[in-house]
Amino acid sequence: MNPSPLLQLEGLRYAQGGRTILDIPALEVAEGETLAILGATGAGKSTLLRLMNFLLTPQQGLFLWRGVSVPRPVPLSIRRRVAMAFQEPLLFQGTVFQNVAYGLALRGLRGATIQSKVDEMLHLFHIDHLRHRSTRHLSGGEAQRTALARALVIEPELLLLDEPLASLDLPTKEQLAGELKHLLDRRRLTCAYVTHDQEEAVAIADRIAVLENGHLEQLGAPEEIFYHPRTPFVARFVRTGNVLPGVVEHSQEGLAVIRLQERRLEAVSDIPVGRQVWICLRPEDILLSREEKSAPSRDSARNHLAGVITAMRPNGPTTQVTLDCGFPLLALITRRSALDLSLALGDRLVASFKATALHLIEEGETEKR
Amino acid sequence: MAILLSMVVGIPLGVWLGIRRFLGRGLLVTLVNTGMGLPPVVVGLFVFLLLARSGPLGGFELLYTPTAMVIAQVIIATPLVIGVTLAAIQGLDERLRLQILSLGASPLQYFWKLIIEARLSLLAALAAGFGSIISEVGAVMMVGGNLRGETRVMTTAIVLETRQGDFSMAIALSLILLLLALLINWLFTWLQQRRAL
Repeated sequence: MNPSPLLQLEGLRYAQGGRTILDIPALEVAEGETLAILGATGAGKSTLLRLMNFLLTPQQGLFLWRGVSVPRPVPLSIRRRVAMAFQEPLLFQGTVFQNVAYGLALRGLRGATIQSKVDEMLHLFHIDHLRHRSTRHLSGGEAQRTALARALVIEPELLLLDEPLASLDLPTKEQLAGELKHLLDRRRLTCAYVTHDQEEAVAIADRIAVLENGHLEQLGAPEEIFYHPRTPFVARFVRTGNVLPGVVEHSQEGLAVIRLQERRLEAVSDIPVGRQVWICLRPEDILLSREEKSAPSRDSARNHLAGVITAMRPNGPTTQVTLDCGFPLLALITRRSALDLSLALGDRLVASFKATALHLIEEGETEKR
Repeated sequence: MAILLSMVVGIPLGVWLGIRRFLGRGLLVTLVNTGMGLPPVVVGLFVFLLLARSGPLGGFELLYTPTAMVIAQVIIATPLVIGVTLAAIQGLDERLRLQILSLGASPLQYFWKLIIEARLSLLAALAAGFGSIISEVGAVMMVGGNLRGETRVMTTAIVLETRQGDFSMAIALSLILLLLALLINWLFTWLQQRRAL
């Protein structure tokens, strides 16, 4: 069953000072889904969210709310179906309670109704004990919880979150991300969630929209974005690690041989012979072994590349190893494996990976856009 | 009375200028800034000519009445109130303004919330307006006439006593005026700093 679209954007174009900030032919947020809007700084993510909140007026484009065109100026009754929380908590002067109650008071609710709704939300965000505290005396995490409670208490049909966890320290961020995900799922809230952090996007989203320079590069499920990026930009942005140019040299029954400089790689693909491609290979899909021990016939990997270690970068429980195979190849292994293999700069290793680990992007595809 | 009228006119105008972008806004802001430094005697002359019997509003016979003095004081204080309000509203984080709207505020609710959020700075507007009114002498003398029991105020009385050589009376009145100014500004400061803590 496909959920029906809550908000649809068609032919959206927004410019500022003569510069096009956003140009999106079509995008929709489906009822009950969390759509992550992922992109680098300046990609137009926040602008898109503000347009969805009707805080900005596009030069071109149509907004449909449950299939019905949204008139301009946008009526208050529609504006009030959407709520937004920003990266900074942007709390008002006063207490936590007064802040959370603000949106309800705007809607004419009073007394006991406000009290019970705010109480519930304070409880959900574990800030009951802060209800009478001035917003001047909150920690970053407490302030952001208050801001999220303030947006959620009005039970918006569409919740817009603009990097709400970006300014928090890592433990607080991870805890709050988990709570938020739980809340969104349990209440089946429809949410558009802007972030530049791919891990955050994967953790929270049902679908991800990747933006670059105001264009929608790709829209799809997290697995699709990560394992089948449609453009080299998306591949690099989701840290594919290895995005290398090659040419299809041979293709038969869904198995292609790709020439990468003087090397040959096998990939599962139907792209015709002669086509220029981008070869995408995630570092964690590569197996490293000592050259002398490598025995290509013994494993299921169809690709084996010999190279010399030129760099090693420990990163928490993993180590990123750069091999010079005639081109730089990034591999990610556990720190324990790095220790077991006694890796050192200059060592010769063999990188092995399956044909299915390679994802190819046809160069013409990116130009067609 | 004059400060109340200045606030009623000046604060909404200041908020409006602070949040709206339109053609001619720059000119209006320049006019407000100029108005903040308006020489009181010029205002006095302007109001005098307006209210004089041969002037356009002469028929109301307001010259040398407290109403004429209030008009002059409002003209002097309002640009100050607008200017300080404008600065206060522009001093608010733009995203805070978006946040208010994104929670579903109607235009009127938005307007009111901005005033509430900028209220600490708006107390400065009140203090500035009050200061300009309480210290004003030139304009109120021109349009009020300094009539005993009718349009004589502290400042004009001080001028009169000084001219007549009664320095002890002038000094006494000055001290009372200073005390009054101190008390009212202490009240404003208390209100402002109480919120700021």
